[in-house]
Amino acid sequence: MRRKDKIVKGGLHYYLQSTSGIIGAILLLFMVVASLCAAFGWLPHNPLDQNVDEVLKGPSGKYWFGTDQFGRDIFSRTFDGMRRSLTISIVAVSIATLVGVTLGILGGYLGKWFDLLITRLSDAVFAFPAILLALAIVSSLGNSWVDTALSIAIVYTPIFIRVARGPVLTAKEMDYIKVSRILGYSSPRILIKHILPNVTAPIVVQIALSLSWAILTESGLSFLGLGTQPPDASLGLMVADAQSLAAFAWWTLAFPSLFITIVVVGLNLVGDGLRDAMDPARRNS
Amino acid sequence: MSQLKPLLLVENLGISTVQDPRTLINDVTFEIHAGEAVGVVGESGSGKTLTSLSILGLLPRGVAVTAGSVNYNGMNLTTASPQQIRELRGSAISMVYQDPMTALNPVMKIGKQLLEVIESHEKLDANSDQRVRDALKEVGIPDVARAMQSYPHEFSGGMRQRVMIAMALLLSPKLLIADEPTTALDVTIQQQILSLVAEQRQKRNMSMLWITHDLGVVANLVDRLIVMYAGRIVESGTVKEIFTNPQHPYTAGLLSSLPTTADKSRKRLTSIAGVPQKPWLVGQSCAFAPRCFKVQPECRTQIPHLVGNLEKSVACFHPMGAL
Repeated sequence: MRRKDKIVKGGLHYYLQSTSGIIGAILLLFMVVASLCAAFGWLPHNPLDQNVDEVLKGPSGKYWFGTDQFGRDIFSRTFDGMRRSLTISIVAVSIATLVGVTLGILGGYLGKWFDLLITRLSDAVFAFPAILLALAIVSSLGNSWVDTALSIAIVYTPIFIRVARGPVLTAKEMDYIKVSRILGYSSPRILIKHILPNVTAPIVVQIALSLSWAILTESGLSFLGLGTQPPDASLGLMVADAQSLAAFAWWTLAFPSLFITIVVVGLNLVGDGLRDAMDPARRNS
Repeated sequence: MSQLKPLLLVENLGISTVQDPRTLINDVTFEIHAGEAVGVVGESGSGKTLTSLSILGLLPRGVAVTAGSVNYNGMNLTTASPQQIRELRGSAISMVYQDPMTALNPVMKIGKQLLEVIESHEKLDANSDQRVRDALKEVGIPDVARAMQSYPHEFSGGMRQRVMIAMALLLSPKLLIADEPTTALDVTIQQQILSLVAEQRQKRNMSMLWITHDLGVVANLVDRLIVMYAGRIVESGTVKEIFTNPQHPYTAGLLSSLPTTADKSRKRLTSIAGVPQKPWLVGQSCAFAPRCFKVQPECRTQIPHLVGNLEKSVACFHPMGAL
């Protein structure tokens, strides 16, 4: 009977069996709630409001995380910055996943010239350091958040091509795929119903990891003055602004940095938890 | 034997690599009639697996049919479109794979995997679930409802092979190809699987092509035997003929290397001296000549062709003769 319960509960049940998964899920929940609060404007202060009377005040009952050099509330700016960073990362990683996985799976399965073309193209993209290429693209596209997302997507697509293509190459040679051909399954069926489910685990983990890297890339771009533009808040931009202030106003640097850490660690833990939950053989152990 | 048209007719089949052509299979001719079970015996590299894959149109990349034809039920499979062959595979011609441990999709439940077979050849309907249950019950899976909800790793090798057999038999194929399906199993489980296949074959009057390197395994399972050596058929005939009156020195050597329970003398097993030839290196000679104890000068300059009838044919200039 216990077996049956397990089956009904399905994937979430397995996910919640791993400690890192639970911690990751809690952090993710926090990020989502915080971003939603920011999106609906449920913040103690307007993140853009300046107040010359209260410049560089430390954390207090009124300003929980203190204020910056323009008297803006760091708590509200951190939440709003996280929302912006997450939005850009999610859009960027979604595009990269969709394009990269499709190309990678087709390349791995079809092989021949198509595979050669996409692997060479992704090698070309890989030849440049990610942040440098993103810099080049964003400076030619523009500074809106869509441009930033697009440039991160372009840089991250080859990662997904590789992550999808490798397991497809392995899966294609597996006995159960040979058996699928022996039993007369059509190519689309083999690709979608038999190969794809066997390569989803690394792809899902890669999505979680890429989201955290994309947050870092976005922070990096904003830090360098591309990406998000003042007075809008972004975690990276706040860290950049806090650079010269940190020596005497630690809160300006500490809280944005802490939130970058929370987001990156949280998403990494979610990736770990998903990896464990998506392997049927690992589940029962 | 029967005057009816054979279900499967392989004629002068030649297979070789595409680049740097190397012959892998040469001039292979045999037939399987409806309801008949034929065993193919040979060492690794003798071409038995390639022969079976060519019937399914699934030769590995870089290997192609270069001569002859494979006819199934009057349809030439060497010239048929990939789509036509795909429709035959799994429904009319099916196959049980060698290694059950890796032959099932690890992330799909057993029940779903069997439904896939139906779905890829027919429309799923209300009846499909029941068909899958029946198929699993028929191959001796206990607690079918639970089995359908299980993943392959929860099953033992023997159970997985039963599932594979259920998948292969699900659409009632006319011809079942079995490529050493018991090699990876324990001896006791082997016996169970063999009797399961024999029983199903009898019940369905299904034709069978059983590929093995183990003469002992096929003796009770098939009607006729084909012995392959270095990409050619060296001898074929009924099981009785081959076992009691082998004509090719290679077949005789194989049989004398089988251990028997009757012989209590504790002698060393007889073996055939030398190693098998690569088919593409044979040239104009009998491939077995370097290892043959009856070898004559013409064996080294001419290719012996298969001569005889369904009950007995041999490709040898100097057969063993009557015992």
